[in-house]
Amino acid sequence: MAVMPTLQKQRHPLAGGPAQRLRLAAVPTGRTFEQALAQSALWPLRPTGLEVLQINVGKKCNQTCSHCHVDAGPDRTEMMSDAVVDACLGVLADHPFGVLDITGGAPEIHPAFQRIVETAAGLGRHVIDRCNLTITQLPNYRYLPGFLAEHRVEVVASLPYFQSKQTDAQRGDGVFDASITALQELNALGYGRPGSGLILNLVTNPVGAFLPPPQAAAEREWKERLGRGYGIVFNQLFTITNMPISRFLEHLDHKEQTEAYLGRLVQAFNPAAAAGVMCRGMVSVGWDGVLYDCDFNQQLDLPVDARVPRTIFEFERTSLAAREIAVGPHCFGCTAGSGSSCGGALNV
Amino acid sequence: MTDHANYYHAPDLARFSEVGKGSPELWKAFNAWYGAVFAEGALTAREKALIALAVSHAVQCPYCIDAYTTASLEHGSNEEQMTEAVHVAAAIRGGASLVHGVQMRNHLDRLGM
Repeated sequence: MAVMPTLQKQRHPLAGGPAQRLRLAAVPTGRTFEQALAQSALWPLRPTGLEVLQINVGKKCNQTCSHCHVDAGPDRTEMMSDAVVDACLGVLADHPFGVLDITGGAPEIHPAFQRIVETAAGLGRHVIDRCNLTITQLPNYRYLPGFLAEHRVEVVASLPYFQSKQTDAQRGDGVFDASITALQELNALGYGRPGSGLILNLVTNPVGAFLPPPQAAAEREWKERLGRGYGIVFNQLFTITNMPISRFLEHLDHKEQTEAYLGRLVQAFNPAAAAGVMCRGMVSVGWDGVLYDCDFNQQLDLPVDARVPRTIFEFERTSLAAREIAVGPHCFGCTAGSGSSCGGALNV
Repeated sequence: MTDHANYYHAPDLARFSEVGKGSPELWKAFNAWYGAVFAEGALTAREKALIALAVSHAVQCPYCIDAYTTASLEHGSNEEQMTEAVHVAAAIRGGASLVHGVQMRNHLDRLGM
């Protein structure tokens, strides 16, 4: 499959987080995200719990998807060190996180991926692997489906659409076919099948500058289409809004749609979605051990509240649980319509 | 006043509500009715968005075309489905012209020998 150079490789002006924040700040939106929260009695935004420890183990990926908020790709070299991995696993062992959510890049590329999964599963934590599916088809990673099943890892798999045209447009030529093969292999191991306990959820981002469809209706259609067309079963479909940062921001600028898209997100601000945003229940760890409120803030170099410990080495649960969550215009991406999170729409 | 002289100007769609300034009560009534029309009912909101997209082409309203292209996508329709809806509108428009050929034939009959 064809891969494109990342923004970083291109030395694109929007490659860095601060440059993206400046770009977004220059877009007139009528009201700030802080004002929108304040009008909903949610300002300042604080956590409601710390259930999920999300770790972004690195930016390397075998794909360069056009909407990627990480600007991940084969040319990225950032990778979580053993010291940071150990610190994350130590925090997981010492604190009552119910979920370890592993993301990237393609997180399976990380040399310690197996150790992370085995340790977390051994601690009795629910483990999520945010998988691009095609990685399982590469020679060095053919072990993955069996390994994930053995450790009862929940697979959250990216698939933008149930047809190849739209999927390949976003993720690269041949991605749809490889993804279908990967899903069929996961199904053969029991993933997505009732009673197996092996959870297979799909994630879809719109292939363009519009909001995702209603999640429940889309899930029904996807199950029918993928079942009839390819014999594929899965548990849930998560609809996720494209975040106007990184590569998708570059795409919006290229199409002169940045202002219109931001305007659409602001217009669709939903206070109920804002109350349920994912950052209120998680801590996100960057490849270098820095703590963030979410993976999007991570890519914008927007770390947690300066008044609390800012690295995994200094992890301190009480102050993190009471921190003020850092927000910006991009946050409208998580509060538009039915909302958007790593777990899809928020049923509001 | 605006700084452009075009009859159609995409940003004007966002100013639609200004029409209500001339008659707030009528605007309010229109909005209530419009919202009810597009709510889920015997037809899904997705089906209604596709109908609206097709009608937008039949009445050739560029604002409506933009709005219901977005709405159709956001209700889960894809390019193929939306294009078929546009063809339905075009077919009805074309057929509506063509069926008047019967009128022509009726008059031919009257004039002919």
